[in-house]
Amino acid sequence: MLRGLFKQKMTKKPVFYMLLFTGLILLVILIMQPLQILHFREKIAVLFPKGIIAIEERNLLFIIQILMLIIIIPVYILTFIFSWIYRADNPKGNYDPDIVDNRIAEYIWWGIPCVMVLIVSILTGIKTHELDPFKSIESKNKEMTIQVVALQWKWLFIYPEEGIASVNFVQFPESTPIRFEITADAPMNSFWIPHLGGQIYAMPKMKTVLNLIANEIGDFRGSSANISGEGFAGMTFVTRASTDDDYHQWVKSAKQSSNTLNLKEYNQLAAPSQNNPVETFQLKDLSLFDQIVNKYMHPHKE
Amino acid sequence: MFGRLTLDAFKHESSQNGAVFSMLFGAICLIGLISYLKRWKWLWNEWLTTVDPKRIGIMYIVVVLIMFLKGFGDAIMIRLQQAMSVGDSHGFLSSTHFQEVFSSHGTTMIFFVAMGAIFGLMNLIIPLQIGARDVAFPFLNALGFWLFASGAFLTIVSLTIGSFSTAGWLAYPPLSGIEYSPNEGIDYWIWAVQIAGVGSTLSGINFLVTILKMRCPGMTLMKMPIFTWSALCTMPLVVLAFPILTATLYMLTLDRYLGMHFFTVDGGGNYMMYVNLIWAWGHPEVYIIMLPMFGVFSEIVPTFSEKRLFGYVSMVWALIFIAFISFIVWLHHFFTMGASPTVNVFFAIMTMIIAIPTGVKIFNWLFTKFRGRVHFTSPMLWFFAFLLNFTFAGMTGILLSSPPVDFQVHNSLFLIAHFHGMAIGGVLFGFFAAFTYWFPKFTGFFLDETLNRYAFWCWLSGFLLAFMPLYMLGFMGATRRLDHYDASTGWHPLFVIVGIGAFIILIGATIQFFGLFWSIINRKKNWDHTGGDPWNGRTLEWSISSPPPIYNFAVIPTVDQLDPLWAIKRGEAPIPQKRYENIYLPINTPMGLYIGIFSLIFGFAMTWHIWWLAIVSFVSILVCVIIRLSGEDEHEIITVAQVKEIEAAHARRMKSYE
Amino acid sequence: MNKPLTIHHQDTLELNPDTHLPDLHQDTFSKTTQGFWMYLMTDSLLFATLFCAYAILHTETFDGPSAQDLFSLSTAFTETMILLLSSVTCGFSMMAALRNKKNQVLAWLGVSFLLGASFVAIELTEFTQLVQDGNSWQRSAFLSSFFTLVSTHGMHVSFGLLGMIVMAAQLFLLGVTATTFRRLITFSMFWHFLDLVWIFIFTFVYLMGVV
Repeated sequence: MLRGLFKQKMTKKPVFYMLLFTGLILLVILIMQPLQILHFREKIAVLFPKGIIAIEERNLLFIIQILMLIIIIPVYILTFIFSWIYRADNPKGNYDPDIVDNRIAEYIWWGIPCVMVLIVSILTGIKTHELDPFKSIESKNKEMTIQVVALQWKWLFIYPEEGIASVNFVQFPESTPIRFEITADAPMNSFWIPHLGGQIYAMPKMKTVLNLIANEIGDFRGSSANISGEGFAGMTFVTRASTDDDYHQWVKSAKQSSNTLNLKEYNQLAAPSQNNPVETFQLKDLSLFDQIVNKYMHPHKE
Repeated sequence: MFGRLTLDAFKHESSQNGAVFSMLFGAICLIGLISYLKRWKWLWNEWLTTVDPKRIGIMYIVVVLIMFLKGFGDAIMIRLQQAMSVGDSHGFLSSTHFQEVFSSHGTTMIFFVAMGAIFGLMNLIIPLQIGARDVAFPFLNALGFWLFASGAFLTIVSLTIGSFSTAGWLAYPPLSGIEYSPNEGIDYWIWAVQIAGVGSTLSGINFLVTILKMRCPGMTLMKMPIFTWSALCTMPLVVLAFPILTATLYMLTLDRYLGMHFFTVDGGGNYMMYVNLIWAWGHPEVYIIMLPMFGVFSEIVPTFSEKRLFGYVSMVWALIFIAFISFIVWLHHFFTMGASPTVNVFFAIMTMIIAIPTGVKIFNWLFTKFRGRVHFTSPMLWFFAFLLNFTFAGMTGILLSSPPVDFQVHNSLFLIAHFHGMAIGGVLFGFFAAFTYWFPKFTGFFLDETLNRYAFWCWLSGFLLAFMPLYMLGFMGATRRLDHYDASTGWHPLFVIVGIGAFIILIGATIQFFGLFWSIINRKKNWDHTGGDPWNGRTLEWSISSPPPIYNFAVIPTVDQLDPLWAIKRGEAPIPQKRYENIYLPINTPMGLYIGIFSLIFGFAMTWHIWWLAIVSFVSILVCVIIRLSGEDEHEIITVAQVKEIEAAHARRMKSYE
Repeated sequence: MNKPLTIHHQDTLELNPDTHLPDLHQDTFSKTTQGFWMYLMTDSLLFATLFCAYAILHTETFDGPSAQDLFSLSTAFTETMILLLSSVTCGFSMMAALRNKKNQVLAWLGVSFLLGASFVAIELTEFTQLVQDGNSWQRSAFLSSFFTLVSTHGMHVSFGLLGMIVMAAQLFLLGVTATTFRRLITFSMFWHFLDLVWIFIFTFVYLMGVV
């Protein structure tokens, strides 16, 4: 009998109401999720992706989730059941203060999680190599290279093969594997188009690679996923996967843009600015990206 | 003369002025109150110069509660801003201010709430649980507290003078380098964390030696209470991880102050190394704040199930395993930084492995309840909430530990939901449970149980409302640390729900704060009449009076099994004999306070480049240390007669309750 | 306990002040030495982090001079011998303390101090030379990490020198008591530890840099 317990107006079956109330909250949350998903479907990029990389990543998420639920759901059920059956005022609780150990139980709950982890590890090991961002995507269409520079606080896209560049806007044909070569001339950023696939850091002096492909046409939101200073929240860009014809149209109009981009103009562009509007450029210097990557590798020659 | 400190540092945005004035007002009121009650001498003698771990523990908790106010205020501001700042509206915080707010939120909560909570609890409980009268290094322990308080105060100073860091709670370079953040913000952050970090390291050494050397006769390692085991597993993490933080921040400081090139973009610096080093500290850090809370729950569940902890040996090994593995998982914090798949997979597997012993602990707790008699007092309610939330958040952790999945959710609100589930569901609920559980031990009266329950329900429902939608927001492409977004993203309704959840938590926290004062006012009504054992406890701290006498144990107990107090109650161990002797306790010293104050001045001077002041304060610290290390250890004696009198008074009080 | 005692190791097991038991585990000497070992572990990790930084950054010379161009093995070797010798003399000082010979302790401590001070002096000369030649810590990541690693060790040695002065003053005024003996032990642990770190620096920075 718990000595000296505070005086409290105990209502009838307080444990019952506690479990009920908690259960109700959990049920509401559980119901909210599919309702949210139904309502927001178009916006839930990670669960309803538009590119094969993102689809693979989502499928892995689902598989791991289901495996984990196999362990979590029994834990929740046991929590509720034990709380009810073994509550203090239940005479049918079979009170036995000396049950303090059980070998079989320990084997089970060390063993089953080990097996789970083994399965998930193997799956993860395989998928991580398959979904390596640096790995090219196999496709019947020829791969296209787009170079990306994270600046303060906008994204610069350089098309070395087409001779154009754009700010806060990137367009490419659908079903074409895109090889993004990414760097930064700013603090660490992260290049992320959730509808098409996972992110990778955009870092000065470094060149990371992200291979993505869009399965259908559409406009997708891209952003920076790592804080890089004051204007970082405005670092969004539009990703447009279009038909081949529309893409070539756009390239043609960009080549006729009044803006040009060489190293000098790049330095002006790189000055800190926020919420830049979309712009296109004629690329005057095809090695601009490499120059940006190498910018800090050697001392400035005065 | 004043370095780079000018009058401009005192000018703030209108949204900050309110906070500054209310803080100054509160400080003046406090000083006025103490003067009015003529309690300065008492404050000095009983609290500021004490080396008694019970007092130091209470001081830790006081600082934690104050810093929690600050950190939680930051959280409310973040959620309010994000609920308002859609499309054309830009909320009420500027981008820069918003970035200061979340950087301060993270820094405060981890370094000054969570770390303070665990060291406070350990100060209060460890000596009592191992049957000791003191810790191994009483002065070092006090010094650790004052350095902690000094770091905390420096962040508060940063609210009024100048501004705080805007680079997040870990301040990655190049953003935190001198080129992109030339202002004093990062420096404030560096010195506050460095000073507090040194304090943590010293406290870690202290508790490690205390547990290893000062257990009472008969208490072998496998007969220690499980909370003490969790502390024993945590202290090596502290001792081994914090020096990495110290060295890394040291290198960042050198970059910023002396133009070095550790983490700069040019000059050959490698900022990715910072990310590696800071997380090599950072991951053990999150286990440092978590393991003692596991220990707390391992004490609470058996007590309120009237049963021994199920699988004690298994629980101990799980703790050791977790502590060990926590050093080899750090890369999972930056899978997206471009490491090769093989490297990513290694760390992914290590991260998944660490989930196994954690799951084992959950099963052991559940089966402690099996065939027990479970009382749903408020500590047990907090355990219940912990079980539900922490398990769920742990599951999302396994999702995050798989690199391809992580690529899609890294740095999104999914991540925020995960780690808040661990930090709030685990660390904070553990702290609340510990607070309500051990409060009667150190004060002699209970917290108001009804208010506890109301607060609990607000916290549980508020937490779920404030953090479950974040998982969905992460899937919708919402990254963390955004101060503004477009309406076309569809995030706004969810941010509003999250904001409402934050306000429900605010109600819960308010109930807790007022409940504390309410309980103190009504203490006569809630007095503990059991003489120190209100919960029918099993460990040694419940065998002495509440609050404990200054020497803890009049007679050092001898134990021969786990749960020694239960053994006595069940007749399996003899009641200790009352053979008293003179007790020697270390005397008070102001050196800890002085070194803390000089450290504060040093940190402030370094932040503002006031070099002469930095040198003066540093030399003063050295002088204090030398003075301290040159004196003899002096003790005060509590004679047998005095001990007899204190024990007799306690016995008389017990008789009067019958 | 201020009167000078004949100190044998077991005499340092003074009665635990609050239990009055000469408990082998709870005495101040045993706790202090264990605690100080732990402090040395934290210091090891601090140096390990700096070594790690050096390992990663030592090739980043930013078109400037590398280890091979800059380091003089003879200077480094001299410093190594000086420090090793000072460890030996520190050991002699401890042995004298065990025999309760206050003057010998002070003498050997003085020799260690001179050796330690000349180590610091040589290191400062090396640094000054580098800076004057334009190879300061601002030149490249390699130089930053070199200067930091070596100077952090040098600063530890300097604090050790300060500690020696304080110890000498205490020994002079109080003689060899249980307390001063205990402090001497922790000091010598610190001093030997610094010697060990220097061996690593000599090997990984100087030897492997030049060879």
